Amino acid sequence: MATSLTPTAKDGPKRPVGTLYRGREGMWSWVAHRISGVAIFFFLFVHVLDTATVRISPEAYDAVIGQYKNPVMGVGELGLVGAVVFHALNGIRIILVDFWSKGTQHQRKLFWGVVVLFTLMMVPFAIRHLTFVFGH
Amino acid sequence: MSSSTDTQGTGAYAPALESPRSPYRRGKPTRSNWELHGWLFMRMSGVLLLVMVFGHLWVNMVAGEGINQVDWSFVAGKWSSPFWQTWDLIMLWLAQLHGTNGVRTIINDYAERDATRFWLKMALYTATLVVLVLGTLVIFTFDPCMDPASTLEVCRTGSAG
Repeated sequence: MATSLTPTAKDGPKRPVGTLYRGREGMWSWVAHRISGVAIFFFLFVHVLDTATVRISPEAYDAVIGQYKNPVMGVGELGLVGAVVFHALNGIRIILVDFWSKGTQHQRKLFWGVVVLFTLMMVPFAIRHLTFVFGH
Repeated sequence: MSSSTDTQGTGAYAPALESPRSPYRRGKPTRSNWELHGWLFMRMSGVLLLVMVFGHLWVNMVAGEGINQVDWSFVAGKWSSPFWQTWDLIMLWLAQLHGTNGVRTIINDYAERDATRFWLKMALYTATLVVLVLGTLVIFTFDPCMDPASTLEVCRTGSAG
């Protein structure tokens, strides 16, 4: 069956062309939303367990938290905050697409708005956080 | 709606013939609106979580000495206040339920065998229960004066122990 996605003989055996969704902003923001969400979920599990050690003793908690206080974990924290900020901003985009009458019309602009806001928030945060991590 | 058919005001309605342009109404739903409520919960909790998690990250990682300030006495300082206890309790429940529903969606999407889906979700719900019970207990039973050297106001007077 010939569809708009079927390569014609003239084009040769190319990959199917993209659609409005596939391979575009809509699909990649969905992929990134899932990956960032799962990453945050697993972090939350570990975070509740490590914070629960405050109930054992001050020494136990400080020992656990001490494991985080090195440059490798510091950079990991930057990635985690990046996942949280992206997930939060893209979540607002999803809500606008769902509830704002012009949301679907502007969904691509909304995606680039997410990228711009993400950059505006993450650059100052990265400078401040990495200063704490490496300046200590 | 059909008040125009009840001209006598008797309250007795004949089965009304819908006008051609009346909106289509579905029959009685055979299933619950569970998934609709889940969809709505993700959006409502998402907005609240944005505010609460950003506030959490700001106070713990940006303000003051940033990540270097986080130790037991920092936590004790926050959790000696009902404000931060309530903040963290609401944030814990919203985040865990939001995350559980998200991972449940992902399991339903990718795990094709019925048994795989079932056991993955059982593991998910077990982890959720552990996190919610443990997290809630820790917030409510935490003693900010556990450290004898505490300089917190609440620990200097009264029955610190």
